[in-house]
Amino acid sequence: MSLLEVSDLNVWFDLPGGGQVHAVQGVSFALDGGQRFGLVGESGCGKTTTILALMGLLPPNAEVSGDVRIDGRSVLAGGEDSIRPHRWKDIAMVFQGAMNALNPVKKVGWQIAEPMALHGVAEGSAARKRAGELLELVGIPASAAERYPHEFSGGMRQRASIAMALACQPKILLADEPTTALDVMVQAQILELLTSLSDELGLALILVTHDLPVVAQMCDQAAVMYAGKIVEDGPMETLFHAPRHPYTRLLFAATPDLYGREAVVSIPGAPPRLDREITGCSFRQRCDVAMESCATEHPDLITIGAGHRAACLRNTAQREETAEVR
Amino acid sequence: MSEFMAARPAPSVPAAGAADQVAAEAAVRQAPGDVLLDVRDLRTYYPVRRGLVQSVARAPRRHVHAVDGVSFSLRRGEMVALVGESGCGKTSTLQTILGMVKPTSGTVTLDGTDITALSERQMRPLRRTIQMIYQDPYESLDPRFRVRDTIEEPMLVHGIGSSRSERLPLIAAALEQAGLTPAELFIDRYPHELSGGQRQRVAIAASLVLSPALLLADEPVSMLDVSVRAGVLALLDSLRRDADMAILMITHDLSTAAHFADRIAVMYLGRIVEQGRAADVVRDPQHPYTKALLSVVPKRDPRDRTVPQILTGETPNPVDVPAGCRFHPRCPIATDRCRTEDPALRQPDAAAAGDHLAACHLA
Repeated sequence: MSLLEVSDLNVWFDLPGGGQVHAVQGVSFALDGGQRFGLVGESGCGKTTTILALMGLLPPNAEVSGDVRIDGRSVLAGGEDSIRPHRWKDIAMVFQGAMNALNPVKKVGWQIAEPMALHGVAEGSAARKRAGELLELVGIPASAAERYPHEFSGGMRQRASIAMALACQPKILLADEPTTALDVMVQAQILELLTSLSDELGLALILVTHDLPVVAQMCDQAAVMYAGKIVEDGPMETLFHAPRHPYTRLLFAATPDLYGREAVVSIPGAPPRLDREITGCSFRQRCDVAMESCATEHPDLITIGAGHRAACLRNTAQREETAEVR
Repeated sequence: MSEFMAARPAPSVPAAGAADQVAAEAAVRQAPGDVLLDVRDLRTYYPVRRGLVQSVARAPRRHVHAVDGVSFSLRRGEMVALVGESGCGKTSTLQTILGMVKPTSGTVTLDGTDITALSERQMRPLRRTIQMIYQDPYESLDPRFRVRDTIEEPMLVHGIGSSRSERLPLIAAALEQAGLTPAELFIDRYPHELSGGQRQRVAIAASLVLSPALLLADEPVSMLDVSVRAGVLALLDSLRRDADMAILMITHDLSTAAHFADRIAVMYLGRIVEQGRAADVVRDPQHPYTKALLSVVPKRDPRDRTVPQILTGETPNPVDVPAGCRFHPRCPIATDRCRTEDPALRQPDAAAAGDHLAACHLA
């Protein structure tokens, strides 16, 4: 049993004009304490929706199905009642742009202590003391608890929002694009902090980003999402050195590398709309190795090797070929 | 298996002699045009507002030293990347070149004319030769304008074409040059009907109708999806090759600069601290700040995990620029001399190429 188990997660959004967007389509993965897991893909592919579903923080027009278990306990089945005891205490999140979402008229220390009181973890001076410790943990002097967000730099505000997420000692931390608005040097500082937190506190970390090199450097495992589905997942090294889905390969090829010598090529076209049923492979229009069968047959996420899965008909075709030869 | 392997990019291990090959390639593609833009010792200071008490007490006026002695030049057909952290003066440099901000001192010479000395009226005809592309194509396009209106507006301002029918083929040509083909498919659309990459191409097309000699691009791809960034950058690349345009691009992404620019200038606190050919700066950095910046760029290959040299703290406040070398408070190798003496931008002893400059006493 893993710390976090997600199986067959689906999210639909009702559209105002009727109709539904199937934003997350049968996502499954598992995660243990101390593990760092990357969720990558273009915008609109369902990364953020997936982790918001884990937190039970989707808007009212969303419909969710599937099973999410934390330490074996199902947190999705009973709606709000089943997730509330776990939210922030077991699973916490650093939101995208969280550094800009601090309350400007409250002291930083107060803002970190507030969730502790709300969740009955600590109150009064104990909460204030713990807020100071949390600030030290993320690399800010405890005395800064008496300061206001505008007195902090961008990097410090991001550290403070990480401290806030850690207030109730969660086991799982979800981070949505935690470094996107930050400078390279500050990005490196924040990534180093997240890495050391997951190592020292045994936090399971899910890093949502479109920045492949960040995931490559930080995460052991990653899942590549496209049009609401995981199209490939596995150890980071395998994804880079031996990808088995063309989207993974093309995403890496579209990312410039400091010392890379090959041309950087963009992926033509755009992701498909998710408000109608897609027949065949959702990536086929943009794929450089699409076959005839990709238009009609739906590729399943099949196991390629140890902990490595991909959803591409080329893999299936190839497996049948090898079987025939044998 | 074969399809996957054949189409996969080769791993990015710098092979022996790779640097030489890069240098050779750069020399071939950089058939150097004449100097289009020459910036000399440019300084742009913004006054800091004094409160009533300070005014009455006659406290000295203080300034933000946004651009503090920047010199570089740009040839036709060349792309230079200006890199550095926020607040280092990249955008102020661009705004001063564009004439949106008056410099405190220094010169900006465009095609032989010092444009800092020109009046507003004298400047107007020159404006069409310098065009700017902004970071966020979601903000920079008017949502009520169709694509054709967005591109027509600069033509109206500069009096290009006497009638709509005369301007229409020019609009279509600009769209196609910006990679939006066929133009008929895009010309009547509104921005909300376009993707981010397409919007940025519309913004580029609106510059191209004026056939500028110099394109200033402020983080042109940072708001775009990874999958389309390369396409927009390739478009800029083709413009300077085919249209002989000079491009000055601001980016905080060194990997992008390394791939697309001919030269890189690294800025720190209002100064260029290192500049040179992109391959030289990336593979043989001379300034400790450049070295640190390069070390923290995440590599694509998970096996290529280098230990980043993380500088503590953040860029100091440009109101109080440190004495001596402005980088010394964060520099891992600073000596006593660095605390007192401001280093000039010069060719370091260890640098191989003559046009590779760094402002460091120890380089």
